[in-house]
Amino acid sequence: MARSTPEIPNASMADIAFLLLTFFLVTTTINNDRGLSIGLPPPPDPNKKDEIKMQEKNIFKIQVNSSDALLVEGDPMSDLSGLKESIIKFIRNNGQDPNSSESPQKAVVSFKTDRGTSHKRFVEILDIVQGAYYDIYAEEAGVSNKEWREAAAKLSDPSSKAIYERGKRDYPMQISIAEPTKIGN
Amino acid sequence: MSKFKKKAEVKQEIPTSSMPDVVFMLLFFFMVTTEMRKSSIEVKQQIPKAAQLRKLERKTLVANLYIGQPTKAEYGSEERIQANDVFIETGDIIRWVNEEKSKLAEAEREQITIAIKGDKDAKRGIIADVETELRKGNARKVLYTAADNSAEKKN
Repeated sequence: MARSTPEIPNASMADIAFLLLTFFLVTTTINNDRGLSIGLPPPPDPNKKDEIKMQEKNIFKIQVNSSDALLVEGDPMSDLSGLKESIIKFIRNNGQDPNSSESPQKAVVSFKTDRGTSHKRFVEILDIVQGAYYDIYAEEAGVSNKEWREAAAKLSDPSSKAIYERGKRDYPMQISIAEPTKIGN
Repeated sequence: MSKFKKKAEVKQEIPTSSMPDVVFMLLFFFMVTTEMRKSSIEVKQQIPKAAQLRKLERKTLVANLYIGQPTKAEYGSEERIQANDVFIETGDIIRWVNEEKSKLAEAEREQITIAIKGDKDAKRGIIADVETELRKGNARKVLYTAADNSAEKKN
């Protein structure tokens, strides 16, 4: 009894530390590649004048000027909290309100900035517009917004692909990012 | 025999109690000194925040463009585009896109995604110019890199 050592065995401590070290080494990914994904339109054809006539009611206009102030459907807007809801309402209108979009296929969200608009503001607005679409997709697919976006990142998995396509089927994401104006540069 | 017995009683172990400390020191040393990126970014990079982030399916298909004010005063205060290690002009983007595409397997070239890492104070003008060139260069999948803020505000 007198000879027993009261120490905790600490020889395995090194192994535990090594295990932790290897675990973190293996699992750590520098996951920086997340962001807002868009597809750019094909390059303009010089032979063709791309003047597509669209009815005013099918376009949801968002304009941002060089001092980052916002104009939504012609009215100044300083509080962004209701923007997403009004975009969703516009896309899902389906001709109910004669002054709003006829169908989701025809509805276009037009987003025009100025050359002087900051990238931060651009991302902020684009985030809201895409959020409106993702909310619709998620609702169509019966999942949460986040789940839908995660499903869209792994299309190789059939069940994810089903969710992705169920959400997107009737609602093409039509966001037109117009060439910026040249007032503030 | 008694001589041998005496010897066996002597402790022959190497003291291991300091081993964890050594390992932890190594761990911290590598944590501090490891550089994740081979090239250093010479433009300001305060990435804007957004909530509706999408992850990319394949990381290998991504090429990065950094846009912002140079961090060093000697490069001026005008916003610049950095690709890999060098500053490039908007006119060089098509060539750069083709170079990046040639690094990929032939079947995957058209799936290249350009991650635009724009500083939050970068102006839309230069980024729109980059987009125009990307359209011409037929690299039309673009990702505006953003940091997650969905925890800060609901959705």
